[in-house]
Amino acid sequence: MGYTLVEKILARASGKLSVKVGEVLEPAVDLAMSHENGALVINQFLEVYRDTGLPPKVWDPSKIAIIFDHRVPAESSKTATNQKKIREFVKNQGITKFHDIRGDRGGICHQILSESGYVRPGYVVVGTDSHTTTHGALGAFAFGIGATEMAAVWTLGKALNVEVPATIKVVVNGEFPPMVGPKDLILHLIGKISAQGANFRVIEFHGETIRKMPTSGRLVLCNMSVEAGATSGIVPSDTETLRYLREEAGVKEEIPLVTPDADAEYAQVIEIDAAKLTPQIACPHTVDNVKAVNEVAGLKLNQIVIGSCTNGRLDDLAVAAGILKDRKVASEVRLLIFPASWSIYKKALQKGYLSDLMEAGAVIVNPGCGCCLGVHQGALGDGEVALATTNRNFKGRMGNPNAEVYLCSPQVAAASAITGVITDPRKGGN
Amino acid sequence: MAKVIHQFGDDISTDIIYPGRFMATVLPNETPAYAFADELELNAKLKNQEFPAGSVIVAGNNFGCGSSREQAASAVKGYELTMMAKGFARIFLQNAINLGLNLVVAPELEAKVGDDLEVKGDTVFNHTSGRSFKIEPLPQARQAIIDAGGLIAYTRKKLLEKVK
Repeated sequence: MGYTLVEKILARASGKLSVKVGEVLEPAVDLAMSHENGALVINQFLEVYRDTGLPPKVWDPSKIAIIFDHRVPAESSKTATNQKKIREFVKNQGITKFHDIRGDRGGICHQILSESGYVRPGYVVVGTDSHTTTHGALGAFAFGIGATEMAAVWTLGKALNVEVPATIKVVVNGEFPPMVGPKDLILHLIGKISAQGANFRVIEFHGETIRKMPTSGRLVLCNMSVEAGATSGIVPSDTETLRYLREEAGVKEEIPLVTPDADAEYAQVIEIDAAKLTPQIACPHTVDNVKAVNEVAGLKLNQIVIGSCTNGRLDDLAVAAGILKDRKVASEVRLLIFPASWSIYKKALQKGYLSDLMEAGAVIVNPGCGCCLGVHQGALGDGEVALATTNRNFKGRMGNPNAEVYLCSPQVAAASAITGVITDPRKGGN
Repeated sequence: MAKVIHQFGDDISTDIIYPGRFMATVLPNETPAYAFADELELNAKLKNQEFPAGSVIVAGNNFGCGSSREQAASAVKGYELTMMAKGFARIFLQNAINLGLNLVVAPELEAKVGDDLEVKGDTVFNHTSGRSFKIEPLPQARQAIIDAGGLIAYTRKKLLEKVK
């Protein structure tokens, strides 16, 4: 009997020849990521060392990445003080994969890790952020953990008590219809299996549609796998993974690929025909409350957000600019654009996407997470409705429990910006 | 015996348990002030210390879904409440265990506000309804963290073993 991708990765990282579902392991960690919540990790890390007589020293400063993205530039003195504390720690410990608030290397953690070439196929990646699942797009086993768990990783270099998860195989074939893409696919899947449909399991993506999909789309699928409860999403690494890591992430070293065995055992197999998909909308207040766009078309909007670690990449901005060029954002709606990183921001600037969007009436905000989770910029007023390409629509998300958030693709968001109501992009934003 | 002080349904996200806008606050002694901040009545009663330690919040499936924010677990732990649910989301479950929040997983659990509950062995007894519900045991590796007194103590122990 063969092994799934995650079983193979965990066996390698735990120094074992084979593993089985449910077995508890302590895999070596290849990359440990934190953002502003690194302040809490530092607190817990120092607690671990308290009264031991040992100097607090992280296990391997080259394997720790810290990216400021949740509240940048700082929205409060509290955040600024936490960021200051992290900067000092980074310097003292010699952590090199540090991305401060800078236009030359800053951005949202999940974009920074991939575009910087920090993630490789077969890696074990942990992050104090639930959307760490994103990095499965490059063939890594990547999952979110809490701050105290991260303090244990910083101390020991191992993720403690990892249960080998069962895997759900999702096979996607067929070509996406026009104006339909990876975001619609993942929303459809979450709607189908529910917000807890993949709890404690991994989703492994297969099929012709995935093989032909650029890494930018695979990142969307793995990013949102956690919204079905998955421990991680993962795509077997292939020639596209190599292309991305070489051409877009500038990796020079050898890149060994890891693939699952053909006779691996899966807990469940789900087949999806991409050709039959339509634009999908996740309605308030759960991500699995998914409807076809025509069921909610016409709903009046106050704010539209295009960006985030889910859909703030160059191809997303290209889609938005393509739809909005020489058009106007409806007068009663605000359109906010959050590129996923400054590198993407710069490319979008050079290609003219940002000026097209600004001409249409969009506000370009600096890369960051703030708006998506309601901690910084773009908060909603009482009774307001937002449509966003982000990944969560929970009550209170975007900063107001008396507001509503709908989730969609960049195509739907851009078409809806022209009309001010939820609009099917296949019918045009007239 | 402990009283149920609040009842939640399925898919309660960490944005309900600890809203994102309070995430700049991280320390376990400061987070309880924002526990269930948008559930105004519950938050106010918690802050007024109206519930004795051990009081129970019950929930359906997938409690704690969403963000990995540890504040969600530390805020509830701060009041020494017991969290009983039909099921928990992965990261919240792990965070709760790591911080020593008292958790009970009982897939068939039925209880409402005011009910008197008692945990005995592998069973939750609802003395108000007269019914009882099986508790799902935590995996052994997780129980080891609880037995060590939380993940900090567990990690410290492993660190000291490593340097010996």
